[in-house]
Amino acid sequence: MDYFVQQVINGLQLGFVYALIALGYTMVYGIVRLINFAHGDVFMIGAFIGLYTIERFQWPLAAVFVSAVVGCTVLAVLIEQLAYRPLRHAPKIASLITAIGVSLFLEYFTSLRQVFGPHYYSFPRPFPVVSWHWYGILVTNIQAVIFLVTILCLLLLQFIVFRTKMGRAMRAVSFDYVTAGLMGVNVNMVISFTFGLGAALAGVGGVLYGIAYPQVNTFMGFMPGLKAFTAAVLGGIGNIPGAVLGALIMGQSETMVSAYLSSTYRDGIAFVILILVLLWKPTGIFGTSRTEKV
Amino acid sequence: MLRKSHTEKGKLVKRNLFIPVLAVLLAGVFPGCSKSPVGKEMKIGLITPLSGDVKTFGESVKNAFEIAIEEANAKGGVAGMKIATFIVDDRNDPTEASNAANLLINQHGVKAIVGSVTSKATIPVSDLAQSSRIPTITGTATNPKVTVADGKRKDFMFRACYTDSFQGTVMAKFSRDELKAATAAILYDVSNDYSKGIAEVFRDSFARMGGEVVAYESYGKDDVDFSALLTKVKAAKADVLFLPDYYNKVGLIAKQAKEKELKAKLVGPDGWDSPELVKVAGDAIEGGYFSNHYSPEDTRPEVVNWVKKYREKFGQTPDALGTLVYDATNMLLEAIQEAGSDDPVKIRDALASLKGFEGVTGKFTMDENGDPIKSAVIIQIRDGKQKFLQVVNP
Repeated sequence: MDYFVQQVINGLQLGFVYALIALGYTMVYGIVRLINFAHGDVFMIGAFIGLYTIERFQWPLAAVFVSAVVGCTVLAVLIEQLAYRPLRHAPKIASLITAIGVSLFLEYFTSLRQVFGPHYYSFPRPFPVVSWHWYGILVTNIQAVIFLVTILCLLLLQFIVFRTKMGRAMRAVSFDYVTAGLMGVNVNMVISFTFGLGAALAGVGGVLYGIAYPQVNTFMGFMPGLKAFTAAVLGGIGNIPGAVLGALIMGQSETMVSAYLSSTYRDGIAFVILILVLLWKPTGIFGTSRTEKV
Repeated sequence: MLRKSHTEKGKLVKRNLFIPVLAVLLAGVFPGCSKSPVGKEMKIGLITPLSGDVKTFGESVKNAFEIAIEEANAKGGVAGMKIATFIVDDRNDPTEASNAANLLINQHGVKAIVGSVTSKATIPVSDLAQSSRIPTITGTATNPKVTVADGKRKDFMFRACYTDSFQGTVMAKFSRDELKAATAAILYDVSNDYSKGIAEVFRDSFARMGGEVVAYESYGKDDVDFSALLTKVKAAKADVLFLPDYYNKVGLIAKQAKEKELKAKLVGPDGWDSPELVKVAGDAIEGGYFSNHYSPEDTRPEVVNWVKKYREKFGQTPDALGTLVYDATNMLLEAIQEAGSDDPVKIRDALASLKGFEGVTGKFTMDENGDPIKSAVIIQIRDGKQKFLQVVNP
């Protein structure tokens, strides 16, 4: 029994980090119908900002998170304005290919020796590891930090989307951006804000990831990005609670497959679940089907 | 089906014609080229990972290679030829390694290659070297497939290190006899020939010696979350945890193992040999054991000389990988000397018949597969440093 609970906690740790990345995919898709493949790499930049602020400047943890958030937000807004905005009215496939291009650019540009460099860096722990035993179950303060920070981010996001004027504008643009624009909503601003908000969460996710799995390199965003994207699709892309649920399912299924079957099947089964859900409900768990607008 | 066999047959016929025609052409174009090597230059290539996940290996290998070549050139060259070198980075990636070999052979026109460092990068290099008939020696790639594929010997491939089967057996025996382990868990990288090869040998030998393998689990190259696997290993109550991988991954796993409060002793192969390991893992790797090719603490004159030479030039102690490549390069140079020319076939024959070559990492005699017969050492990590424990003979 405690083995099972222990594995659930392992799965939660992974799922929460996926959730922070998945939210960025889902929010951007909800608004501009674009799968932002560069999102995983923004997450990587967040982890590197964490690495530098902890190792070089030895900033306190709160300052590390803030600088990762600011750095990623600025980067994402820049990407949106330079790469996606000029293609806003182009066919969707053009934006999608641009997104892949931006992703590859970020990976290979940062792996130049003059930037971050093509190496693996060990991520310093900003605090000593403490573990607590509780009925044979082991919880570390790393896991506690991940749980707390993620839940805090989710609450904050919920507040922004449902309790602020900007949130209302986001929902309006997501519903129908032409009409929202006619009603006086500054659509370009809202889209930039959404990219920034998603990237801010990815920045937090990057730092948490670095703390939990203390090694970073410039290609580290690819796999978590893919998994988080899958999670967003699983939950119903464009839907915020769906992304979180999808991420938790991904985290648990990966962990449980390793725990009770064989780790060799881990990624395979996670994606089989995705295929099954999509066969049964093509829009994802919480997704609503949307008729094509004329 | 019928169509396919037709094209295959066509290809076969073409190839059969191609080689003799090429041979005739070459013979015509370069008459007696290899007969008068005096004042000539011979090109040797090095393939090594200078970036990516095992860059410390690549750097020490490059240093060692350069020392060996400099020494040879200072003595007036080999068989009357000055040695010119070309060094290419493969980032520890099989595709890059294959590109690197292609570049060296077809663009730079090298006559012999040293490299690459890891097994997964060396296997594609070995195939290319074999089909281009360029004698190639790797200092460090331990997977059996480097010199033999599907039971067929790649006769232009050689190595200066023992193979995974020897290494896996040595560590299984050490775990059983010295660490008195009854149970073992193994975590390996399923996408890495080196990791997979040693894991299989360790599993089989540990079981044959009466131990029980309680967990045999794999992970992918880019995996960083080992919490599920380590919780499983902990529940299985393994006495030793065998980690056949390179220092970066091992450091990451060791760190998480400590957080999960695993009691198992950590044991591994030569991929652990990097100062980075302790940097990544911190005290999580303390007390771990691994097999290696030599120890800088050895008092044999060859070792003392080599460590002194390397320290003077680069300000640090040479690791085993660099040392092996120093031996590999010297073996190749000796074979060229013996062959008396840069003719690939003659160099190959000289390498294959090498006997009793005195290297830094021991005495070499090539077996029929181009694998040397030599001893291993076991090293323990104590106070963040590598401590020499014992020598194991084959």
